[in-house]
Amino acid sequence: MRLGHILFLAVVAALAPLVLPWLGFVLTLAVGKGLAALGVALLLRAGLISIGHALYLAIGAYATAFLMQGGVTSDLVLLLAAATVITTASGLLVGLFMVRYRAIFFAMLNLAVSMVFFTALSKLYHLTGGSDGLRVATPTLLGVELDRATFDSVLNLGALVLMVGAALIVDRYLKSPLGEALSAVETNEVRLEYLGVPARGVILVAYATSAALAGLGGAITAVAIGHVVPELSYWTLSGQLVLIAVLGGIGGAPGAFIGAFFLELVRTFATGIAADAWNAIIGIALLIVIFFLPEGLYGIVQRLGRPRPAA
Amino acid sequence: MSPLLSVRDLRVSFGGVKAADGVDLDIHPHEVVAVVGPNGSGKTTFLNLCTGYISPQRGAITFNGESIARLSPRAITRRGIARAFQIPQLFTGHSLLENVMLAVAARHGIWTARRPLAHGSTREEAREMLALLALAELADQPTASLPEGQRKLADIAIALALKPRLLLLDEPTSGVSTAEKSALMDTIVTVLRAEKVTALFVEHDMNVVERYADRVLVWDAGRVVVGGAPAEVLRSAMVLERVIGIA
Repeated sequence: MRLGHILFLAVVAALAPLVLPWLGFVLTLAVGKGLAALGVALLLRAGLISIGHALYLAIGAYATAFLMQGGVTSDLVLLLAAATVITTASGLLVGLFMVRYRAIFFAMLNLAVSMVFFTALSKLYHLTGGSDGLRVATPTLLGVELDRATFDSVLNLGALVLMVGAALIVDRYLKSPLGEALSAVETNEVRLEYLGVPARGVILVAYATSAALAGLGGAITAVAIGHVVPELSYWTLSGQLVLIAVLGGIGGAPGAFIGAFFLELVRTFATGIAADAWNAIIGIALLIVIFFLPEGLYGIVQRLGRPRPAA
Repeated sequence: MSPLLSVRDLRVSFGGVKAADGVDLDIHPHEVVAVVGPNGSGKTTFLNLCTGYISPQRGAITFNGESIARLSPRAITRRGIARAFQIPQLFTGHSLLENVMLAVAARHGIWTARRPLAHGSTREEAREMLALLALAELADQPTASLPEGQRKLADIAIALALKPRLLLLDEPTSGVSTAEKSALMDTIVTVLRAEKVTALFVEHDMNVVERYADRVLVWDAGRVVVGGAPAEVLRSAMVLERVIGIA
């Protein structure tokens, strides 16, 4: 990943609301999903597909709601930090079990756990508000109360800063011995063990990191919308995260955010043309990516940036 | 001199097949020992037992004075036994240099994200290992595109990058043309001697055994039937008949 790529994406996303102010909200939600999709992309590096990662997005979102309703904190920075820590701990706990499985079993177990969580959120009405969900009031920022419009603008910019930070951290992680070992899990787990490296430990670190990213995304989503509902952990959202990761490409951290921006913008603009047109557009885009752009949309950017061989 | 690897009464069977049937042997430091025997005699099973891939049903395996019979492959690797496989086990998504760098990083401790894998000293050490095995020019090649002989060397480079005290090689010359065998073994044994690595290799080519091994152990039906200097052992009537197939 080149620093310029993610910075360019952030600057464009920061400037877009100056032209269309309502885009700020859409792009904030896109960053939330992009963070979760980045977590999914991280696991894809090891050849592991999670179709239940909305679980962690929902944990991050509900943790935010509970922290506010419980009066623990109502500060945005503390909420985001605490939700990320809680989700990381959840990822570590669930991950201890998940890292034992590969391929379809890993995918289905993640789906199963997320659906159990969805049911719990839906049925534990007194605790979670059931299908009505929970309201999330507008947080303060470092003790300062902001009006909603100002808060939304600050959140939008803050989300973009977090996007750049997360991309840089993930990029550094993927280039580190630990990150390269994660890629090695996909191609030869046996050899990895014969290097004295526990493959399960390598996957657990990635799994907890991916949960943290999704949790942070969930917390941003919760404060942006001001409401959390069980559908945040529903399997269709998990599927969407995989779609975003594949669409954007797993060759670098910006891919997940490019995929998320693409999906959210297509959905927003296409809905104005025909109610479900966005499904068809995204479907066709995914087909094009699978057949012609296996490195995803970010692959195009990377290809353009590569030096041409001398003639 | 006390043995580096000591095996006593090692037994394991699969159904009715005795793959190790009371194996007793010692491997001393700096030896290069060949293991020969007919197919199915238990040679690879012995390597699997020594590296923790399977556990023995009875018997003891002691490495450097410590029992390793029930340890996992990674625990055994950390104690100083590395392995190269009959079918080279490479990370096909990485270049040759990255494969060796991963091994170097594994030795130093993989649990860091503070610096990139291609960090100065890791890269240098990996490059030196590739140079020793005459692979330096292929450093940036994807391992999937390497010819078989070089894939074998790459597998050995990864194992040697762990700086093992004992290297186990499963048929290092299989799948390699007759013309390439000598060059391959010359390279391997030169590095083993230079790095003072004790080695045990499974081999079917008796010319290779005679030329490169200090000692040969003849395997049959899950046990060592005879051992000694290659020049003597490979000329015994029993070995000629049962292993080489000359009646």
